[in-house]
This record gives sequence, C-alpha cells and structure tokens, in this order.
Amino acid sequence: MQFYVTQRYHRADTVRIMADLFDDYPTGPAWDEMIDPDGGGSRTAYSGLHRALAQLSAGELRARAETLARSYLAQGVTFDFAGEERPFPLDVVPRVLAGDEWEHVAPGVAQRVRALEAFLADVYGPQRAIADGVIPRSVVLSSTNFLRAARGINPPNGVRVHVSGIDLVRDSLGGWRVLEDNVRVPSGVSYVLSNRRAMAQTFPELFAALRIRPVADYPRRLLAALTAAAPSGVDEPTVVVLTPGVFNSAYYEHSLLARTMGVELVEGRDLFCSGGRVWMRTTQGRRRVDVIYRRVDDDFLDPVVFRNDSYLGSPGLMTCARNGTVTIANAVGNGVADDKLVYTYVPDLIRYYLSEQPILRNVDTWRLEEPDALEEVLDRLDELVVKPVDGSGGKGLVVGPKASAAELATLKVRLRDDPRGWIAQPVVQLSTVPTLVEDGLRPRHTDLRPFAVNDGESVFVLPGGLTRVALPEGELVVNSSQGGGSKDTWVLGGAVPRRAVRHQSELPQAVAQDSAVPIDSNPNDVRAQVMQQQQQGRATTAGGSPC
Amino acid sequence: MLSRIAESLFWIGRYVERADDTARLLDVHVQILLEDPWAEEDLACRSLLSVMDREPPPAHVEVGREYVLDMLAYDRFAPSSIAGSLVSARENARRAREIISTELWECLNATWNQLPSHMRPARPHDYFTWVRERAAIVAGIMDSATSRDDTWNFMVLGRSIERADMTARLLTTRALAGSAGPSWTTLLRSCGAHEAFLRMYRGAASDERAAGFLLTDRLFPRSIVFALNQAEACLANLEGTSDRAAVDDARRHIGYVRTNLEYRPLIEVLDALPKEMERVQRACSAASDAIRGRYFPSASSTNWVGEAL
Repeated sequence: MQFYVTQRYHRADTVRIMADLFDDYPTGPAWDEMIDPDGGGSRTAYSGLHRALAQLSAGELRARAETLARSYLAQGVTFDFAGEERPFPLDVVPRVLAGDEWEHVAPGVAQRVRALEAFLADVYGPQRAIADGVIPRSVVLSSTNFLRAARGINPPNGVRVHVSGIDLVRDSLGGWRVLEDNVRVPSGVSYVLSNRRAMAQTFPELFAALRIRPVADYPRRLLAALTAAAPSGVDEPTVVVLTPGVFNSAYYEHSLLARTMGVELVEGRDLFCSGGRVWMRTTQGRRRVDVIYRRVDDDFLDPVVFRNDSYLGSPGLMTCARNGTVTIANAVGNGVADDKLVYTYVPDLIRYYLSEQPILRNVDTWRLEEPDALEEVLDRLDELVVKPVDGSGGKGLVVGPKASAAELATLKVRLRDDPRGWIAQPVVQLSTVPTLVEDGLRPRHTDLRPFAVNDGESVFVLPGGLTRVALPEGELVVNSSQGGGSKDTWVLGGAVPRRAVRHQSELPQAVAQDSAVPIDSNPNDVRAQVMQQQQQGRATTAGGSPC
Repeated sequence: MLSRIAESLFWIGRYVERADDTARLLDVHVQILLEDPWAEEDLACRSLLSVMDREPPPAHVEVGREYVLDMLAYDRFAPSSIAGSLVSARENARRAREIISTELWECLNATWNQLPSHMRPARPHDYFTWVRERAAIVAGIMDSATSRDDTWNFMVLGRSIERADMTARLLTTRALAGSAGPSWTTLLRSCGAHEAFLRMYRGAASDERAAGFLLTDRLFPRSIVFALNQAEACLANLEGTSDRAAVDDARRHIGYVRTNLEYRPLIEVLDALPKEMERVQRACSAASDAIRGRYFPSASSTNWVGEAL
C-alpha cells in the first residue's frame, strides 16, 4: 500500500489552521470519505464538519475525545472484550452521509429486507423459489441454520425479520455494496443511540450548525413493530426482551432497549411455559408473555428442541410459538437467510420475489461448490478474503494478503474438504474516514450497519446506523469483537417531518407579560442586599476603615 | 423557632429545588435543540424565558441557547436562575446557621464555593449534572440527618411548593409553544420521570398518559398532585389542630388547586392546560404568601428614602 504526503500548497490556508490535525494526512488506495485526494479539500457532505474541526487545535480535539471516553465509562457503555469490560471506543470524528446519498441507501436496505422476508416465508413454506430454480435446493438444505423446527410456525403478521442489520461497505470507487446481511440477532443499535447522545453533548456547536437527522425514535419504532407482531386477539400485548444474562457481551444493549421501551428484561429462568402459553414469574404471580424480543441464539432458545444443555432459554418455547400463543422476534431459523452462500443469491431473490432491480449491489463472491470457482480461488488464495458461511462478527475470516503460507496451506485443505462451508471475495478496500489516533487524524477503514425495523406495514431504516472503524493501521476487519471502534453516523438534512399544522392566529404565542406568574424570592434576600450595599457604601465614605 | 429562621429554612427548600428543577429543564431543552434539526430555536427559547418569568429580548433579536443559558443558568443575581438560586440558598443557610445541621451548611457552602469553577463548562450538561448532584446531596442530608420537627417541615414545605410550581411551568412550555415545544417525552425526561413512566405504562405511551403522569400520579414524587399533597401534609404537621372548623389560608389555596386537578376528568384539564398551570402557579404563590403571613410575620420595615429629604 503506497502512501504519499499530500502536497500542502493545494489548500494552503486550510492546512495552516489545522496543521496539527490533518498534517501529513496520507491518501491511500481506498475511498476517503472526507478528503478528496484530487481536489485536496473535503467532500461536500463533510464541508461543515471539516470547517468546524479546522477551528479546533489538536489539544482541544483530544480533550473532547477524553470527555467522550469519560462519559462512556460513567454511563457504563461498555463492551466485553476478551472477558474484560471496556468502554466502547467512540471516535471523535463522526461519519457524515449526505441526505441524497441516504435516499439511495435506505430504500436499498429496505428492499433487501423485504426480499429476505419473502425468502424466509418461502423456504419455511411452499419453497416456490426452489421449484422455480432460482436457488438450488441443496444450498438451502445444506445451510446449518436451516432449521426444520421452524417449519410451520407462521408469524401472526407475517414478519420474521423484525430487526435487521445490513452491513454495507463503500469500495474504492465510492459505490455502496452489501457485505453481509444480519437477520438473526443483529446488535449495535444501542451504540447508535448512546453515540449520538454523547456526541451531542460534546460537540454542541456542530449539532447547531448542521441539520442532523435524529435517531432517538428507534425504541418507539421497535416497540411498535413488536406490538404489531403479537398473536392475534391479544389486547395490550406484553413484550419482553430476552437476554442471555449479564455476562453477555451485548448486555448493555439489551438493558438499554428494555429500559427505553419500558418493557421487562428477562432471562431464560424468569420464563416458564404452562398450559400452552409462556409466562414470567413476578412478585404478583405469573404474568402472560405475548412477544419475546430474544437476544439469545436459536441453539439456546429451547432445550427441548435445540441444545439440551442450554440454561439460557426456556423449555417449551418452540411449542408455544408453534401454537401461535407467543411471537418470537426475530423468528427462529432466520439464519438461513444470512448464510453467506445464500447471500450470493440475494440479487436473484430480489428480482424473483419483488420484480425489482437490486438497488444495492453485492460484493463479487465465488461459490466454492462450483469446481471452476474453487480452482481459481485456490490458485489466488493469497489475494482473496475467505469467510465461513455461517460465521458472524468476523469469526474464522482469513484475509489472504495478510495470512502466512502455513495458514494458507491449512486453509486450502479445509476448502477442499468443505467447499459448502466457505465463500471467497476479493479484498474490498473499505472506505476510510479520518480517525483520531496517536499521530493525529489518520485514515482508518470503516463499514456501516444500518438498522431496519419491519412492523409488517413498512420497513423503517434508522437514519445513519453503526459505523464501525478498524483502529489498527490498514486493518480491514472492523468488528467490535476484533477490537474495532465506532463512529457516530450523521445523515444530513432532508425533508422536515410532518407535524401538526399550526394556525397562525393560535401560535406561536408567548406568555403575555401580565399573565406570567412571577417567580418569588425571599424578601429578606433583597433586604440583605440593601444592607450589604449600605454597609459597603458607608465603608467607602468612611475612607475604607471598618466601622 | 424564630420566624426569621423558619423563613430561611422554607427558602432553602425552595431555592435548592428551584436550582434542581431549572437544571433539569434546561438540560433537556438544550439537548433537544441540539438533537432535533427541525427545532425552532428562537421560538423555543422565547417560550422558555417567558415561562421562567424573564423578559425576552425584542422580537428582532434572535434568541439562542447561549442567551437562555446566560439568563437561566449562570446569572448569579436573578432568583430564577440556577446560580442565583444556589447563592440565595447559601445566604439563607448562613442566616439559619444555628438551626441547620453542620453537614447541610457545609454542603450548601461548598456548593457556593465551587460554583464559579463549574460555571460555563465546555458542555452545559456537566454543569447541570453537577447542580443535580448537589441538590441530591441536600435532599439526602435533609432526609437522613434532620429530625422530623418543624425544621424538616419548613424545608420540605418549601421544596414541595417549589416543585409543584416548577412542574407547572414546565408543562406550560409544552402548552404554549405547541408543536414547536418539547414533546411529552422531553418533559418526562426533564422531570426524571421518563423511565418511571415507561415502566408504568410499558411503553404504550400516549400524550394523554404522559400529561396525566406529570399532573396527577399519586406515586411519582415529581408530579404536581404528589408535591401538593406533600405540602399539605407539612402544613398539617405545622398547624396541629388548634382550630377545628376553619382551614388555614395556605392549605386552602393548595388543597383547592390540588382537588381541581385530581377530581376532574383529565381531558378537561388538558383542554385548558396553560390556564390550569397558571392557576397552580398562582396558588403556589398565594400559599407562599399565606405561609409568610402566618408563620413569618415581620415588623413592617421602614424605608428611609434619602433623596426625598
């Protein structure tokens, strides 16, 4: 990777002001979201941010970064890293998306979610897509996350993917591509909410200058979607969030969601099934549960059906779901849709189910089950990225150019043994965003995970999403479980949301002067001031000597 | 107890609560102005100022956050600003030094000493947090180290009346600015009531419920009815039963406005919210006057006017 120092005279005045911050900012092969290497200045969406940063010195920026970290420790926004509770690293430089760019990304994400919904309804039902030859039967059946137990469970409002996170990257040409879909238990939305809060408190002047679309609406949307998914005929459904417990790495998120939705956060042992229904144990006796927003993996959900050594779920849950007395969100068996081999078929699925052209493209991917593809991949293994199909969070991923010869040799054997278990992709140069590191601001690779909530009527895509950033130089794996950090993601401008119509005559009205109720104060206070003034006054006239 | 001391105690309760409530109110409003790109800053700031009984600048001047913070957070001389309240609370404590506990005095005095170093931080939020923490310490000391005698009754009486008054002002910001004003969620958050409210209604939040929660909830300590109830209880403790037929003036004002909220359909109250809230504020003010008249009678002070001679 070749770096060269940007020539200074291109942007003389900018550089002079921010000599500390953007000094020697290198340009790499990747698309930099803020700095345009040709023009030398910042890209349009970033101009406001760039200008504001220019007014800060390196010391000031670092002070703000420390404030951010401290507020995260105090709030307990932490992530479990190798068994240790650490503050979730939040970078001070946000990622900015222009409004019109978002108008392209958001529908693309929503489209994908709709296609995956249709696909799940199909594979756990009539399997038309297989019959019509859109996707091979073997691909679906061989997916480790295609669960027979999920067949025949029909969600009340037809929604299986209540919450999804579609991972996007921006390649070296600046175009958006889908890296993977997460329709099981995507995590990270709590960091979107808390990043925003912390950033607004740390950079009030930026929020004042830019019009950034708010994200605080998410818990309400989620609760509405979960409520809409309740079994039919239930009045005022009880929604709960099911967490594996306080030791889970995303426990902070579980508690935040439960707290902001005002629902109970339960563990498996708080639930029990009786009489074909799910209940929770409360001090007021048992209480019926209608919708479970579960953050427990399929495997651990019900020891009767899945792993029988699981203490995280509750026995009988699947039976109740099958009876239609409880809704499990996201639905069991969704993993087949985010299988990375199925991923390669998603553009076809979009055309098949929705009769639309895909808005967001996939990253080119080799299916290793095709003999030619396998040979080519084995040949060029040192320049490709190889991923296990059912992994998430960057687990098992091998980056060819960074792997040793021995690693590649073992990998070759594994690929030959189990071609269904792996996919290969070219190394995508993820776009970079300036990030505060030891040496100042430096480009670091980022991806973007927008979150979508499906309430059965429409798919809501939260403006922005979680931008993850790989903190080591040149690192392309951004997962927080791999030591990555995050950035607040700002979507600018856009239409003003509809609000209640205001009548000119009615509003705005200030309190009329005579009707404002005065704020009382202790009359003695006023007198004290007078006394003090008198004493001081006397002191002055007496020539400064106390009397 | 000396009337003058009792009055100071009453005002310590009021000023500390006022600082606390104003900090909450400003914290949430400032945060909202930052996070909501469509907020009409000028209008929101103006309605905030007028509700807090400060005269907004003339119409052609754009009112921004900084101005509001200067007026309502950092002004050391106005009793309606946070800094002013804290200064006054400390002054009152100094006058009642022999009655209040050393702990309480030191807490208020330390607050006063630290005030300059906490004012105008990079993040206003830090200042508000600090003010809330100091107020919580005062409340904690009052709760744990004050006998439940008249000392306690006067302080809690002041605190409850101020709380009802401030909550009423807060609700007025909503009613006056309409769609430009803070949402009910914002109001709940500024009272620290949002999470309690969500738990109570399991997230099935509606405007009406939120309003009802802040107006008439009998269990949440920052609702108007709760605060008024507490004020009445304090007055009852102070009064004893000397007169079995008549009700003391202060109790009449408070009880009247409380029953007005409590025993009327919520929808009627909401329809005329600004009017009702003004009524609450006036009742608090009248009760405060009545309490002064009854418990803190002062010799009419003679004002010598030098210039007239």
